[in-house]
Amino acid sequence: MALLEVKNLRKSFGETEVLADINFTMEEGQAVSIIGSSGSGKTTLLRCLNFLERPDGGTIDVRGERLFDGSVPARFTEDEIRRKRLHFGMVFQSFNLFPQYTALENVMLAPTLAMKRSGRSGQDEIRKNAERLLDQMGLMNRAGNYPHQLSGGQQQRVAIARALALSPDILCFDEPTSALDPELTGEVLKVIRELARNRTTMIIVTHEMAFARDVADVAIFMDGGRIVEQGDPREVIENPKEERTKRFLANYNRQQD
Amino acid sequence: MFWTVTISLLRGFLMTLKLFGLTLLFSLPLGLFICFNSMSRNPVLRLPFRFLIWIIRGTPLLLQLLVFYYGPGILFHTNLWGSGDSGRFFAALAAFVINYACYFSEIYRGGIQSIPVGQYEAGQVLGMTKGQIFRKIIFLQVIKRIVPPISNEIITLVKDTSLARVIAVYEIIWSGQSFIKAEGIIWPLFYTGAFYLIFSGLLTILFHYIERKLNYFR
Repeated sequence: MALLEVKNLRKSFGETEVLADINFTMEEGQAVSIIGSSGSGKTTLLRCLNFLERPDGGTIDVRGERLFDGSVPARFTEDEIRRKRLHFGMVFQSFNLFPQYTALENVMLAPTLAMKRSGRSGQDEIRKNAERLLDQMGLMNRAGNYPHQLSGGQQQRVAIARALALSPDILCFDEPTSALDPELTGEVLKVIRELARNRTTMIIVTHEMAFARDVADVAIFMDGGRIVEQGDPREVIENPKEERTKRFLANYNRQQD
Repeated sequence: MFWTVTISLLRGFLMTLKLFGLTLLFSLPLGLFICFNSMSRNPVLRLPFRFLIWIIRGTPLLLQLLVFYYGPGILFHTNLWGSGDSGRFFAALAAFVINYACYFSEIYRGGIQSIPVGQYEAGQVLGMTKGQIFRKIIFLQVIKRIVPPISNEIITLVKDTSLARVIAVYEIIWSGQSFIKAEGIIWPLFYTGAFYLIFSGLLTILFHYIERKLNYFR
C-alpha cells in the first residue's frame, strides 16, 4: 500500500483552475520533488495536503485512510481537520517562526500543547526531543536565540525542526530556500539532504533543479495545474520527454547562465 | 490659600482619576468584544457593530455625554442613571466607556490584521486549535504592536475626562476654575495643568517601560 495516494485532486479559485487533475502516489521513505514555473499549482497542492486549502474534488489517502473525499460534501469539524493535518508537516517559504519564542520554544510549543490537551505528561521528553532536533539541524548553540537574532538559513532550519517535532508521516517543503540569500541556501539544502539520507518521507517544492534531481527519488513536473511528467528525477530533469518540460528546463538553464 | 486650593484640586482630581480608571477597566475588554464582532464574517453581527463604531467615532464626545445623561430620562422616561452626583457620574462613565471602547476596538483590529497570515497557518499546520493560536501566538504580537497607539488614546483619556463637567461631574478643572470667580486668582488653573502633566508624565514612563519589556522580540 502506498503511503500517500492522491487521486483526481482539483482546486479552483473562482474561475481560475489551479489544480486540474492531480494523481500521484508515494511510498514511505521516499522524497518527491515538485518543479514547475510559478502559478503551476505546486504550492496549492501542498496547501491542499495540509488542509490550508479545501480541494474541490478528488481524494487524499494516507496509509489507506481516506483523509479527504471530494465526493462527500460534509465539512469536517475543526478537531477532525487538526487530526488529519498532523499526518503532514509543513515548512513554509517565509519560515513563519513565532517571533516571541526562542528557537527551542518554537520547536517545543506544538508538542507541549498537544500533550496538555491529551492530559499526558512528558515535558522532559519533549524538551529532549526538541534539543535533539536542533542539534540535528546544527543549531544547538542557537537554542536560546529569538528568531530575529537568527539568519534566514538558521530560521528555516528551526522551522524544519519545529515541523519534525510532531513526527509527521510526510514533511512538505514549500520552496524552502526561495526567501534566502544565495549564500544561505546551502545550509538549508544540506539538512534536507541529510533528512533524505535518513529516509524521511518528503515532498519538496523547489526551484533548485540540481537539488531536486539529487535529493529526490521521484520528480514531478507541474504546469497549468496538471502533472505533466513524473518519474526518475535524472530522467525528468536531464532528459525530459514532454515538450513543456523541455521548454521549462531550457528556460531555467538559460537563466542560470 | 495654597493648601485650600490643593485640597480642593485633589478632590477634583480624585474624581478625574476615578473616571479615568473605571473607563479603562471597562473599555479595554469591551473594545475587544466590539473588535471581534466588527470583524465577524457574519453580517448580522458585523454591521451593527460597524454602525456603532461609525456613530461613536463620528460624533463629538461632548455630544455623547449630553445624550447619555439626558437621553434616557427625556426619551424613555426612565431614571436609568439614578439621581444626584452618582447618577451624573454613571452617565459620564457609560459615555466614556462606549466611546473609548470603540476607539480601542479599531486599534485592536488594526493590530490583529497586521499579523501576517503565515503566523496563523504555521499554528494550524502544527495542529493547534483556534484558541491556542490566538492565545499562544497572535495575542502577544498584537499587544506589542498596539502599545504605542493605545498609550496615545489613554493619555488623551486623561485629558478628555474634563469634558464630564458638561453634565456637572465635579472634576479638577472645575474646582480650579471656581477660584477665579470666588477669589479672583488664576494660578489654581495652572496648578490644575500641573496635575495633568505629572499624571500623563507617569503614564508615559509606564508605557515606555512596557514597550521596552516587549522589545525582546520583533
